[in-house]
Amino acid sequence: MFSLKDLAEYLPLLARGALITVEVFALALVVATLLGLAWALMRVSGVAALSGFSKALINTIRGIPILVQLFYIYFVFPEIGIQLSAFAAGVIGLGFAYSCYMAEVFRSGIEGVDPGQVEAAQSLGMSRALILWRVVLPQAFKIALPPYGNTCVMLLKDTSQASIITVAELSFQGKLIASSSFKNTEVFTLVAIMYLVMCIPLILIVGRLEKRFGRK
Amino acid sequence: MIAIRDVRKSFGTNLVLDGITLEVTQGEVVCVIGASGSGKSTLLRCVNGLESYDSGEIVVAGQRVDRDMRHIVAIREKVAMVFQRFNLFPHRTALENVIEGPVYVKREPRAAATERARALLVRVGLAGKEDDYPHRLSGGQQQRVAIARALAMQPQAILFDEPTSALDPELVGEVLAVMRLLANEGMTMIVVTHEMGFAREVADRAIFIDGGKIVEQGPARDVLASPQHERTQDFLRRVTHPI
Repeated sequence: MFSLKDLAEYLPLLARGALITVEVFALALVVATLLGLAWALMRVSGVAALSGFSKALINTIRGIPILVQLFYIYFVFPEIGIQLSAFAAGVIGLGFAYSCYMAEVFRSGIEGVDPGQVEAAQSLGMSRALILWRVVLPQAFKIALPPYGNTCVMLLKDTSQASIITVAELSFQGKLIASSSFKNTEVFTLVAIMYLVMCIPLILIVGRLEKRFGRK
Repeated sequence: MIAIRDVRKSFGTNLVLDGITLEVTQGEVVCVIGASGSGKSTLLRCVNGLESYDSGEIVVAGQRVDRDMRHIVAIREKVAMVFQRFNLFPHRTALENVIEGPVYVKREPRAAATERARALLVRVGLAGKEDDYPHRLSGGQQQRVAIARALAMQPQAILFDEPTSALDPELVGEVLAVMRLLANEGMTMIVVTHEMGFAREVADRAIFIDGGKIVEQGPARDVLASPQHERTQDFLRRVTHPI
């Protein structure tokens, strides 16, 4: 099916797309993780205004397709004076959308910690912040790790949605090459394999982390 | 040292504490006995602010226990607690569990706290277990680490909430031995327990709680050997002769 000539011709272009995929993924992951942690902490803060805001935000964002969110940031934001490059819009849109999934992952981790742990920490006279930092989060991290890894893999694949706002990532490059060369089978098979290859290290890293933190 | 005056508390329509009055003096060991659901654990948890109460007053070492977090934290630094299910921090070693309070709450220098913690672990019979994580320790060992963790805060009193109820029978003795040691050294202790032998031999006073009220109290030997109240007699009969 593949000729070496085809490979030599398409691989550099696809590799360039893959690099952008990795960049979008890494930056969006940072945004999603930090914002997600913020939403989760607001949600469990016990302050009605904060948890209400967080809950409403999460449910709103989760109810809107990522594609529509990307359109919104890329095409609607300029009308209110916020002009973003396709790349920036992709990172922010994916990061924001995924922060809501991450928030739920973190919340389930935090709520999964035995309440007796908090009581023991309280009885030592620890403050709320100290309890969160020294007792709850380390244990919540361990509980949240498997679903967090799963969400990371989903984010990596969902970076392909940024192609819709012309981010030249892997699937975008694939579509360009396929439509100009008519070699749909070859190109999209290659694209699929490249996504898979990018996911495997991610799965391995999470697996290793789980093993490491699971031991204690 | 600890004064509880006419304390009432209900969970919804369920009245758990129905006017409890109790004075514990310095160095006194008080055992609280009673059926499960009688309110004895709730009473203990009210003393260090883990649970709030609806009316009455609790004063610990001159400090009133109310809803002000600063007061509650001040009290928790004076009154430590040991839990039924140990509640050790699973992600920290035995030694790290013991120094957690001194280093992060009292801001003691780590070296000094570590030295003291090692001595405490020796005292509860756990020399050599400093670097073990809780899951590597038996229930009895975990509870002794928890007692060392409580002692590390240099408390004026320790509250024990059924400290041996989650242990296999053969591990109960080692925990009670450590508690007996503390009692002999003059530690003020309130112990919610079902260990009647311990109560009889170690406690200065026994309190029998039923339906959120103190039904009977007095010198532990008297209350346990010749209870005056019918409900106390009935409870003790069922505890000592379960079949």
